[in-house]
Amino acid sequence: MDKPMVKPFAITLDPGSSLANHTGSWRTVRPVYVHRLPPCNNGCPAGEDIQGWLFHAESGDYEKAWHVLTENNPFPAIVGRVCYHPCESACNRGQIDEPVSIHAVERFLGDEAIKRQWAFPRPAQRSGKRVLIVGAGPSGLSAAYHLARLGHEVEIHEAGPMAGGMLRFGIPKYRLPRDILDAEVARILDMGVRLHLNRKVDNALAAKQEGGFDAVFLAIGAHIAKRAYIPAGAAARVLDAVSVLHDMEAGERPLLGRRVVVYGGGNSAIDVARTARRLGADEAIIVYRRTRDAMPAHPSEVHEAEDEGVLFRWLSTITQADEGALTIEKMALDEAGKPQPTGEFETLEADSLVLALGQDVDLGLLDKIQGIEIEGGVVKVGENMMTGCAGIFAGGDMVPSERTVTVGIGHGKKAARHIHAWLNGELYQKPPTPPIATLDRINRWYYSDAPKTVQPELDAERRLDGFEEVVHGLNADNALFEARRCLSCGNCFECDNCYGVCPDNAIKKLGPGQGFEIDYDFCKGCGLCAAECPCGAIDMVPEDI
Amino acid sequence: MLKQVEGSRAVAETIALCRPEVVCAYPITPQTHIVEAVGEMVREGTLAPCEFINVESEFSALSVAIGASAGGARAYTATASQGLLFMAEAVFNAAGMGLPIVMTVANRAIGAPINIWNDQSDSMALRDSGWLQLYATSNQEAVDLHIIAFRLAEAVSLPVMVCMDGFVLTHAYERVDIPEQAEVDAYLPGFEPRQLLDPAEPVTMGAMVGPEAFTEVRYLAHVRQMQALELLPTLAREFEARFGRDSGCLIQRYRSEDADTIVVALGSVVGTLQEVIDTLRDAGHAVGVLAIRAFRPFPLAEVHDALVDSKRVIVLERAFAVGQGGIVADSVRKALQGLPAPIHTVVAGLGGRPITQASLRGMIERGMRDELPSVTFLDLQTDVVERALERERTSRRSGPVAEGVLKDLGVKAMQYV
Amino acid sequence: MSHQDIKFYQTGTFTVGNRLLDPEQRSVQSTLERTNALNSGHRACPGCGEALGARYAMDAAMAATDGQIVVANATGCLEVFSTPYPETAWQVPWVHSLFGNAAAVGAGLAAAMRVKGKSDVRVIAQGGDGSTADIGFGPLSGMFERNDDVLFICYDNQGYMNTGVQRSSATPPAARTATTPAVGPHPGHQRGMGKFVPEIAMAHHIPYVATATVADLRDIEAKVTAAMSLRGARYIHILVPCPLGWGSASHDTVRLARMARESGLFPVFEARDGEVTDSLKIRHQVPVEAFLKPQKRFAHLFGKQRDEEAIAYLQARADRNIRKYHLLEA
Ligand SMILES: Cc1cc2nc3c(=O)[nH]c(=O)nc-3n(C[C@H](O)[C@H](O)[C@H](O)COP(=O)(O)OP(=O)(O)OC[C@H]3O[C@@H](n4cnc5c(N)ncnc54)[C@H](O)[C@@H]3O)c2cc1C
Ligand SMILES: Cc1ncc(C[n+]2csc(CCOP(=O)(O)OP(=O)(O)O)c2C)c(N)n1
Ligand code: SF4
Ligand code: SF4
Ligand SMILES: [Mg+2]
Repeated sequence: MDKPMVKPFAITLDPGSSLANHTGSWRTVRPVYVHRLPPCNNGCPAGEDIQGWLFHAESGDYEKAWHVLTENNPFPAIVGRVCYHPCESACNRGQIDEPVSIHAVERFLGDEAIKRQWAFPRPAQRSGKRVLIVGAGPSGLSAAYHLARLGHEVEIHEAGPMAGGMLRFGIPKYRLPRDILDAEVARILDMGVRLHLNRKVDNALAAKQEGGFDAVFLAIGAHIAKRAYIPAGAAARVLDAVSVLHDMEAGERPLLGRRVVVYGGGNSAIDVARTARRLGADEAIIVYRRTRDAMPAHPSEVHEAEDEGVLFRWLSTITQADEGALTIEKMALDEAGKPQPTGEFETLEADSLVLALGQDVDLGLLDKIQGIEIEGGVVKVGENMMTGCAGIFAGGDMVPSERTVTVGIGHGKKAARHIHAWLNGELYQKPPTPPIATLDRINRWYYSDAPKTVQPELDAERRLDGFEEVVHGLNADNALFEARRCLSCGNCFECDNCYGVCPDNAIKKLGPGQGFEIDYDFCKGCGLCAAECPCGAIDMVPEDI
Repeated sequence: MLKQVEGSRAVAETIALCRPEVVCAYPITPQTHIVEAVGEMVREGTLAPCEFINVESEFSALSVAIGASAGGARAYTATASQGLLFMAEAVFNAAGMGLPIVMTVANRAIGAPINIWNDQSDSMALRDSGWLQLYATSNQEAVDLHIIAFRLAEAVSLPVMVCMDGFVLTHAYERVDIPEQAEVDAYLPGFEPRQLLDPAEPVTMGAMVGPEAFTEVRYLAHVRQMQALELLPTLAREFEARFGRDSGCLIQRYRSEDADTIVVALGSVVGTLQEVIDTLRDAGHAVGVLAIRAFRPFPLAEVHDALVDSKRVIVLERAFAVGQGGIVADSVRKALQGLPAPIHTVVAGLGGRPITQASLRGMIERGMRDELPSVTFLDLQTDVVERALERERTSRRSGPVAEGVLKDLGVKAMQYV
Repeated sequence: MSHQDIKFYQTGTFTVGNRLLDPEQRSVQSTLERTNALNSGHRACPGCGEALGARYAMDAAMAATDGQIVVANATGCLEVFSTPYPETAWQVPWVHSLFGNAAAVGAGLAAAMRVKGKSDVRVIAQGGDGSTADIGFGPLSGMFERNDDVLFICYDNQGYMNTGVQRSSATPPAARTATTPAVGPHPGHQRGMGKFVPEIAMAHHIPYVATATVADLRDIEAKVTAAMSLRGARYIHILVPCPLGWGSASHDTVRLARMARESGLFPVFEARDGEVTDSLKIRHQVPVEAFLKPQKRFAHLFGKQRDEEAIAYLQARADRNIRKYHLLEA
């Protein structure tokens, strides 16, 4: 219209004028955005921000995902293969259908990074401090990586001929191909970390002083095979798992014979048995004194071993080893569930017996160092990973721990942070951990039903032909699918639900990656945003009125 | 163009000349011929552009008009009696929102007892709905008032009811001068709404208003009717200049200048009255007639001036405020406040009872003799009502009054569909 | 329904938005540019489903018509909470006339638009269940029968909420309202099939009839968009929980709408020219109890003595809907 309207008084009103009415004053509770700790993150021994990197993987930005991942763990390709993924046991989705296959996506990212030669950022500033790391196993390498990122000069002294520790001399190739291991180690060395091979440290303090290091991180692992007392005939062939697997890596084929019995219930037992099958043994039998459920070995590995024809004798102990045969005593569980001898014996034919009963730490390099405390064969460390001797820190298998790769990596990271603070004369303050994002905070209705993607595996027949990798990775498509199964527990994933369900338009969308903001001028505190947030990233807190 | 036509047809053709853009209606006697004819013109395409909508009730008829008007279209509807009451809620609403809708009311009695014939109880019942109300005394006036009504409605942004007596006017064949389209176009420009719903300039219409502003809203509605009071004579003069007829003034005086006795009336009865007055004048009596054309707004000053010199005033009413008395008389009384002239109410022609010249003359003569009571029912059959009252006194179950009266009159109850 | 069948993306299309979807697959409500046809500052109760549903529907209609809509609104909560002088929350051209005449006012608006050559301006009439199923039923049916070019949207909160929660003919059996108190041998609202306007609308064989809930945003948007792509009389009936009238927590509004649908008590379907063409399938079926229990208006069913008979009666209604509208995937 050319003429302006002469609007009738009061009954005709200007559009949107209700903005003058600030309904926020009605509120008794207010919504606030929170970041809860996803159970996966909480379960990851390396402290990975799993939900955080999955967020980027979900959108197909794998490089960003990899960078976020490696802020905590430089070995996604390795741990994606060998970690027992406690994250997945904790994953909320496991209570809905199946956990997100975090390790599979992680492995995919690690492999992508190798394929595409993604590199770590170089530290912007050098601190001028020098740190010695003893042992190039996962724990030592992890510490080296984090210290390098923090700008310190790092030198690793490794007794063996190659880096990797048990990753190389324990875990067989068919589980961890060596090119993968080499690639992820090389990337750390590319950051300027110096690695001295075949350089055994005999005295940690001396090495520190001689090299003029400001701090030391010890991560020498546990390499001395434990023995059990088994009466053995002179001609009996008794070996230990660590040396068998070590020999494999050194290129020597251990002589195990056609019938191999492995004694023990851990992963090394399984690895030896599966290696034996690959070396041509017709029979590989694992003898274990407890039941299947009590086995420390990971169920997936037990499965894979069974697929490859490895046999198991549960509730059995070996009482005598002779040439070509072993005597076995059957056990029975008592009321407390403990195995007790039954006095029932039988004979088991065996060309060799491999003991896989665990390892002890070679503590020689700590002899006579003031303050160091040893307990139960391992080195005591404080909350800050420092031993009783100032400036000497330790982690991995040599300290009290679950002795897994990822725990070692976590120790490396944690130690690096404390060393960094210590070098600056400070105390590292861990940022406060938010409460866990529990399943009851998840609004399950919103998530699509989607069972996990199964990683393809090598045919059982082909496996025994050699040491080819058994479990294959995901491709880009199913990695994406798997990443998108993540519920994003306790952390906004920008689904716009709050923005949409607010009847008062009191939520402002800030744009991609920016999240949302609550307009308290209009929010009446109805709580719909919090109730309909799929992942539980909004809390309702009382207003103090 | 002069034509011998039925009143409804004349009005329908006039409506078409006013170029309404949306017409909606629901049939009710005696309005039907008007909307049927308009509907036909829309169908034929002689009235275009125009949307003719057959609704399912009068409530919807006026509601459609409300929507159409809010959408910026010139809207028209017509109804009567029960239909007007059925749309009552919307009648008030259209006025409250200031939507310039024009509606013909073909005046008819309201039931019960159901009755299809003329009186003015229907439009009188809604006299305070906020609409402007114009009463036509003849079909020519009905034609002219509709043209003026659109102009007036749109000028002040208020709806206008043009009231014409059912059957007496709507169904009467008379000579009527129906103007030419060009003339009407020149008098009545296209509708330029004061407010409308337009995505280009969104507004909220029909907001809820509380005590803090309701009085002001009502006051302003009153002011707008007062503006109409000033505007109407101007529009009438303009109309007269263009069409040569005085049809739109607030009041119309007939031989009343020096009259001692003046009869005040609305609608078609004015014609009959004029004839009676002529005879009485011939007999040497100083009598006259005052026709009120605009009942809302009520022209207090004009009525005052017209009646101030009279000795007595007789208000002839085709409606009746039961339990109170004359409706028009009240307003007349207000206009004559402080003056000594007695004001009589004569209720006549209810439910289509013919108002004969003889009865009128007798009644006026009684008035001149100062024998009229304050309220009179013209031609009331006192014996019939006495018997009915008697029955009620003696028996609890006296039966429905209307049926009882009909029985007394020897008339069989009729059924209307 | 097809709009839910988007390839799996974490939350698929169940959430309002999803950063993983292509822009053209995103909902209107998730966009930064959404019109907020019903603006902040309105006076609806906290958690009002009607305010939510109205914005969902109006914004979708705005998006579908490039902002060319005019709206007629019946008396009721939606009108009262949005337009008390001196402020209005509407950003669209909007008119309120009466409780019972929104459909007719809409018809008049549509006629005006047609006659003014503004047929691109589309008309929406809307109101609560009371204005739709009860007082405005005649005008609504008339509008349907004439096939006026109006989309009528009913925001069904199952009662006359604005006047203080009295029953309407859309109130479910057994529900307590101010006029159907929870006393006597059959406490709450009377048994019977009530009046389900969508089916009556279908009986007019109008081009488009659909039901929806505020728990299924994309469904609402798809239906409003579908409706706006057609001419003639169209009807969408949206279930909008009312915390005040239902005696439910303000944060449960969306959940209750979801439970109504997932239990089968409220069937969500689409019908064209009088025939049901599609229905939104139940994803995780729940017993009617899941819908009833969180609401105080049904509290008398779950007292010391559970009213098994009434619960079974309501369950039977849900089951009938499930059969009738094929709400479970075969
Ligand atoms: C057969 C086998 C299979 C396993 N499988 C898995 C698995 O699947 N998943 C999992 O999480 N964990 C597994 N583990 C456990 C895991 O390998 C260890 O927990 C992990 O490697 C410990 O890391 P670390 O860095 O502490 O020590 P290590 O990996 O043992 O590395 C210590 C390094 O220090 C060097 N070193 C030792 N002494 C000296 C010295 N004095 N001077 C210089 N260098 C020295 C060693 O040569 C070695 O390279 C397995 C272990 C074995 C034995
Ligand atoms: C003719 C008329 N009768 C009654 C009312 C009182 N009234 C206003 S809103 C309303 C109930 C509205 O119910 P509904 O249409 O379901 O809308 P809700 O408020 O529940 O959203 C009633 C009875 C009125 N305004 N007009
Ligand atoms: S669903 Fe995602 S965030 Fe939640 S525990 Fe599993 S991986 Fe972690
Ligand atoms: S009474 Fe119900 S419908 Fe009305 S504003 Fe409150 S919640 Fe909304
Ligand atoms: Mg309602």
